[in-house]
Amino acid sequence: MIKNISNLGDSAVYCDFGIEVNKSVNSEVIKYFKALKKENFESINNLTPSYNKLIVSYDLRKTNFKEVKKLIENLNVDETQDKNNNKIEIPVCCDDQFSLDIKRLEEKLKINRDKILKNFFSKEYFCYMTGFIAGMPFLGDLDENMRLPRLETPRVKVPKGSVALTEQFANIYTFESPGGWNILGNTPLDVFDNSKEVEPNLINPGDTVVFKQINIEEYNSYNDK
Amino acid sequence: MTNNFEIIRAGVNTTFQDQGRSNLYHIGIPFSGAMDNRNYSLANKLTGNKLNSPVIEFAYQGPHLKYTGEKINIAVTGDVVFKIIKSGTEIDGNCYESYQIESGDQINLISTNKSVYGYLAIGGGLDLKLQWNSCSINTKANIGSNDGKKLENGQKINILNINSDQSKRKTNYINSKVENIRVIKGTNFDYFSEEGKKIFFEKEFTVSKLSDRMGMRLEGSKIENIVNTNIKSEGLIKGVIQVPADGNPIIMLSDHGTVGGYPKIGIVASVDYDRLVQISPGSKVKFKEINLSDAETLFKLYEMETQNLLLQI
Repeated sequence: MIKNISNLGDSAVYCDFGIEVNKSVNSEVIKYFKALKKENFESINNLTPSYNKLIVSYDLRKTNFKEVKKLIENLNVDETQDKNNNKIEIPVCCDDQFSLDIKRLEEKLKINRDKILKNFFSKEYFCYMTGFIAGMPFLGDLDENMRLPRLETPRVKVPKGSVALTEQFANIYTFESPGGWNILGNTPLDVFDNSKEVEPNLINPGDTVVFKQINIEEYNSYNDK
Repeated sequence: MTNNFEIIRAGVNTTFQDQGRSNLYHIGIPFSGAMDNRNYSLANKLTGNKLNSPVIEFAYQGPHLKYTGEKINIAVTGDVVFKIIKSGTEIDGNCYESYQIESGDQINLISTNKSVYGYLAIGGGLDLKLQWNSCSINTKANIGSNDGKKLENGQKINILNINSDQSKRKTNYINSKVENIRVIKGTNFDYFSEEGKKIFFEKEFTVSKLSDRMGMRLEGSKIENIVNTNIKSEGLIKGVIQVPADGNPIIMLSDHGTVGGYPKIGIVASVDYDRLVQISPGSKVKFKEINLSDAETLFKLYEMETQNLLLQI
């Protein structure tokens, strides 16, 4: 449920679902996001779901806060519940050349490499949101003993495809960018394809993601298939 | 041979822009589009283009172009010093006036006068590859026409078709400067100390050199946060003013990242956005509080004024 609806400036509605960050709160955010997306209101020009907020941006030339607030309040969200969430498998190689922060992970978490990988690859993850850079999925939750902060000094360049951890989340760098997450491995799969006009994102909010460990030979031959 | 402009000098940050791309925030793709919407629309109208056609946007120093082809109309908007060179003779160009140019003519967009962005519209269709229904170039994310990169020296801009009506069009318009940027209180306004709030609405800030199409950084008295200097990442819109731990505000502009984790002290009212982006580094800005209903009314009036300006052309 939305706890509070307010205005974010004069051209967006700020839907607040509370301060907690967990799957059930986020599922509510995504329900509203999907319901609004489905309605495809002409005056709404962007929807930004995040952990526990949904921002609905609108064209002030066509509508105003009061009208958009009403659209949200009168929205029928129940029908669209969890119907089209995908389960996606992401191949990840944790060869030394990709696992740039494995030593830091071992030291900070006080768990050895094998156990880190075993834990990471044995779980299902939930996509809370995508963004920051185009298509980057925020996936949770990591087990309590797998959580650590960002690097003290972020990298200027994180390689494309890097799979990385911070706090309760894992993410995938969809293209080379600066970043401070702890890098565990790399996927040969294009998680964001900017040549696609429709659905350039492989992973969308509400989707389930599983990671599958592959070796370096499988990694190298992945895109030959 | 195709009609084209050759870029003799590209300028500082010259890109193709249009109305931007919508409904992609949820996958991390910014809106982008022309920074100053009014001047963007006026440029198109002056050349007889559809209002949402691609134009060339430039910052500070614009491009120097040489044209080859059939006669074509161009127009420049903003506060721009430019020259048109016809068979060796230089003519001082006026903004908000269309010019017919012919093969061999050159346009030299020398500088934006005490402002940031200028627009060059070309009367016809540019040969551009769109990405998600927009040509708008976002150089940080490499999205848009020209492989998402700014224009470079030596490149050619090809023209697909030329507008047949090339009659002279002009209007009188003077870009007004804003004394105070009107701002609606942000969702984290109460994260800041009483003193911090006072500084925000009473003190002057200086626009930093680090400003670009993504954001405008401000320097001045530090705005003290008494709750938390981070929030859980959430969506942003253009005009949001975030205050990170160092206490210096950053205003999100058209190429901003789609989510952010710094507290939002305020949001620039839409009525002042076009004028905000034109404030050049080193200039001072001051914020003034406005409520939602006044912001809505003022934007309506601003939009009516824009429509009237367009109708006069």
